Amino acid sequence: MSWIALARERPAGSLWPGGRPLVLGFALPALLLVVWQVICLARWLPPYILPSPVAVVERFATELADGRFGQDVWASLSRVLKGFFFGSAAGLAFGLLLGLSRWADRLLGPLFMAYRQIALFAWVPLLSMWFGGGETGKVAFVTLSAFAPVVVNTWRAIRAIPDPLNELGAVLTFNRLDHVSLIALPGALPGIATGLRSAMIYAWLATVGAELFLDIAPGMGGRLNEGRDKFEVDLMLVALVVLTGLGLLFSQAAALIERRLVRWRTR
Amino acid sequence: MSGGRRGTLDEAFRSWPGRAILGLIVPVLLGVVWFVTAQKGWLPEQLLPSPVAVWQALADTAASGDLWTNSLISLTRVGEGFAIGAAVGLILGVVLGLSRRARELVDPLFLLLAQVPPLGLIPLAILALGVDEAMKVAVIAWASFIPVVLNVKQGIGDVPRSLHELAEVLTFDPWYALTRVVLPAAVPPIFTGLREGLANAWQTMVAAELFASTEGLGYMITLGRQLFQFDMVLAVVLVLGVVGLAVNGTLALVERRLLRWQGQAA
Repeated sequence: MSWIALARERPAGSLWPGGRPLVLGFALPALLLVVWQVICLARWLPPYILPSPVAVVERFATELADGRFGQDVWASLSRVLKGFFFGSAAGLAFGLLLGLSRWADRLLGPLFMAYRQIALFAWVPLLSMWFGGGETGKVAFVTLSAFAPVVVNTWRAIRAIPDPLNELGAVLTFNRLDHVSLIALPGALPGIATGLRSAMIYAWLATVGAELFLDIAPGMGGRLNEGRDKFEVDLMLVALVVLTGLGLLFSQAAALIERRLVRWRTR
Repeated sequence: MSGGRRGTLDEAFRSWPGRAILGLIVPVLLGVVWFVTAQKGWLPEQLLPSPVAVWQALADTAASGDLWTNSLISLTRVGEGFAIGAAVGLILGVVLGLSRRARELVDPLFLLLAQVPPLGLIPLAILALGVDEAMKVAVIAWASFIPVVLNVKQGIGDVPRSLHELAEVLTFDPWYALTRVVLPAAVPPIFTGLREGLANAWQTMVAAELFASTEGLGYMITLGRQLFQFDMVLAVVLVLGVVGLAVNGTLALVERRLLRWQGQAA
């Protein structure tokens, strides 16, 4: 499972590198928009199949004017944040356990690796059977999606701490707690940050999935389903654009937080 | 954590069979707990069917041939989608990796489109392509396309300048330089891209089949859920895990093969 490639893409965190590329980079999207509008103006495709960009923007404006829209965005946001919080907290704890204890690594490591092979979305029916298709089921799914990336990255990062550092701890007769707080956590911080970042990306993916697959409820994914049921392509496009925008916002925010977290190392 | 002291027992579990045995302890324990829980009826069948029932479902679907046909359908979808997505992605990735101009032109649009959640595309793809094969293959292809482009672009772009210069000095024509110098140098990131693309293809196949299908492993899950046959749901989830494991393992093996020359050179 890896939508992580995207997370790796812009470690610097800026979407648009400044200067000339900016102008050139806008040329293609602008061209596509013009072609799209022309196709619609020339009525090559009926508007119910492909609404024009202008129509999509208009729909966006009506949705914004309607109060429901804010609620939908908020519903999706609170789901992704809750799931991310629970999932990454549990993932951090489990990753620390696997990284710090050789016995935990040997006893639980293989089981965890096997668990990771199951496709994320295969959990949807199971979770909906255990937690229902409502809010609990959705948040449970998002939690599950955020869990694994944090575990893997934390586990690996702690394993990768250079031996001399661990030996230093032994020489200074650190106890377990000191070892965790003074060596393991700071040493593994970059890896943990990477884990949190990909957890954020997965959590968002899972939120969209949960809203599409589980019971209909307020949320942007729900609006996408609504658009499909009512055959309103403009609504679907608006929902998709908002989903993409929010996802972009998350990955940018996560990249920012990651840089903050590891800044002391590079200084 | 303290490096020096290691018991003999500890030593024994560092080798391969010891590790395998240790790794099996917890799963076996969990299996026993599951069995006993089901036996004593501590949890209703609707929440956790007994392992016997799951095994029975597995055996039944295997005997009737349903399991094989549906697995084959799902695997074919993944194969077709991945082949299309990876092939197009490889070409675009190489072009973007080689040409700065192409990057400047296409990168912003590509990165923006790459952010569109593939699942969100499913409802749109259904409207555009219907619920049949074309929709699933298209969505799977899209999901595998993105990581391939990202990794190949990065990998080709990272090929050291000196290698390009070497090809120039040896007056290789561009095609020869690409296939004999640039591509081999970028094998590890290309492979990472292919592996991530295949993983995405697999994930997306399950999602697309859950969303709308009449055949395939995802459909078996949906059907099991609708019929309240949770033993079947669990059985198919297990199959998904095993097949995923097999696919990943095979790919790791191929990768090690392909990269062997690098180890020898070092």
